[in-house]
Amino acid sequence: MAEWFAEFKADFVLNFIDEGRWRWIFQGLGNTLKITFFSLLIGLALGIVVAAVRSTYDKNHEAMAMHKGFGYYAFYVVNKICQLYLTIIRGTPMVVQLLIMYFIIFASSRNESMIATIAFGINSGAYVAEILRGGIMSIDNGQFEAGRSLGFNYIQTMIYIVIPQVFKSVLPTLCNEFIVLLKETSIAGYVGIMDLTKAGDLIRGRTFSAFMPLIAVALIYLIMVVVLTALVGVLERRLRKNER
Amino acid sequence: MKKVLALVLAVLMVVTVTVAFSSCNGDDNKLVMATNAAFPPYEYKEGDSFKGIDVEIAQAIADKLGMELEIEDVDFGAVLTGVEQGKYDMGMAGITVTPDRQQKMDFSDTYATGIQVIIVKDGSAITSLDDLFNFNDDGDPVSLKNPDIKIGVQENTTGDIYSSDAIAKWGFNDLKADGSIDVDRVSRYKTGAEAVAALKSDKVDCVIIDNEPAKSFVAANDGIHILEGDNEYAIEDYAICVTKGNTELLDKINQALAELKADGTIAAIISKYIPAN
Repeated sequence: MAEWFAEFKADFVLNFIDEGRWRWIFQGLGNTLKITFFSLLIGLALGIVVAAVRSTYDKNHEAMAMHKGFGYYAFYVVNKICQLYLTIIRGTPMVVQLLIMYFIIFASSRNESMIATIAFGINSGAYVAEILRGGIMSIDNGQFEAGRSLGFNYIQTMIYIVIPQVFKSVLPTLCNEFIVLLKETSIAGYVGIMDLTKAGDLIRGRTFSAFMPLIAVALIYLIMVVVLTALVGVLERRLRKNER
Repeated sequence: MKKVLALVLAVLMVVTVTVAFSSCNGDDNKLVMATNAAFPPYEYKEGDSFKGIDVEIAQAIADKLGMELEIEDVDFGAVLTGVEQGKYDMGMAGITVTPDRQQKMDFSDTYATGIQVIIVKDGSAITSLDDLFNFNDDGDPVSLKNPDIKIGVQENTTGDIYSSDAIAKWGFNDLKADGSIDVDRVSRYKTGAEAVAALKSDKVDCVIIDNEPAKSFVAANDGIHILEGDNEYAIEDYAICVTKGNTELLDKINQALAELKADGTIAAIISKYIPAN
């Protein structure tokens, strides 16, 4: 047992203390958090816009088709663009999207973290959009009708009646998407960014021990996800207060 | 009906798992070589088959030993870790012998020599090593001459280790003169080809890599060249690595290597891929 412990300690020192290798983990964690946070914001913003377009179109296009004005055609085109965006983003792997962003779209930019943030944000936006649209469509049509008959217009009905209910019901799925996003940033290493996973890889490539760096990286991801889940859990309980 | 279906699925699962695991373990007569097949002319893929100096030498060794060669294509870092863990019998990927690596695995006699060279774009301001690094009295690079320079490397290769060490211990950020924190000056890519692609699109200012793959990359791409003259970054020996303590295999490999060197096979393989000029 003592021997095992001494070995464990030596391995730990080699992987994290020698040559200040812990700083790589630290630096990588910082990059992972930074990329995740900002792409989460981009994803939310994009998702909200796309979900608004798609669900409004789905709910109203029949009524609008009755008198086809300029608005109808413009809306039709915007909706098609959103559909195209969803198809492309959800139809291609994230790694490929990241490499396309890095080598083709932002070919002249040197700010790797920014490119990755935008790539992850655009990707996440597609999933957030569908989660939100699913939430909006799941609200019973009677709620809309009630709102409209109370004198609210479509937007007011949305803001005061539908969105609050949607928020509550999509929260778990949305949280799930953020967890996926956090873990998905582990592919940022493909474009030379030093994220948490890459930091582990670099230590592994220099110390040639697999256990310590991989387990350490896994634990840090796990802790982040557990904390995130706990925070969302608190939020969910608060939102459910009025149900009792 | 449901029970039958469940049984069929269960049997199917057991079979798949068994097949998957048995192919991992391999039998005694297989020589499993790990490599990173993106390192021409030492190893690369052409269609479905592996080509290159390392691959042909490995095949010659396997023939000598009467074993069947099996090649696993993984990340360069995974070649090293995998051999250290005993997952693969040997690693052959233009691996340089370094003291750090020798502590963790055993190396055969060397079979080739590599030189770290610098690839830049045509018209680059970097024309020699002195434009890139400040050197100490021992001739080791200690810091970057221009803090805006970015270096591209393949991760965990000697090019990566050397340039990381040169910029600051372990590539961690130095403070800039104005007190702000410098971003990482080394971009580490999965393959050398990706580092070269990054160089071509101006993501990095130079790529540090072994000279033979460098020549292949330069030949395949317009607008980049290797720094000429006395600008070799480090001269190093390539060897085959095996799991620490596997002296039985190591002795066999060394003997086969010696025989192949003596009868001119190795020289023939190398000159086939690297025409002397």
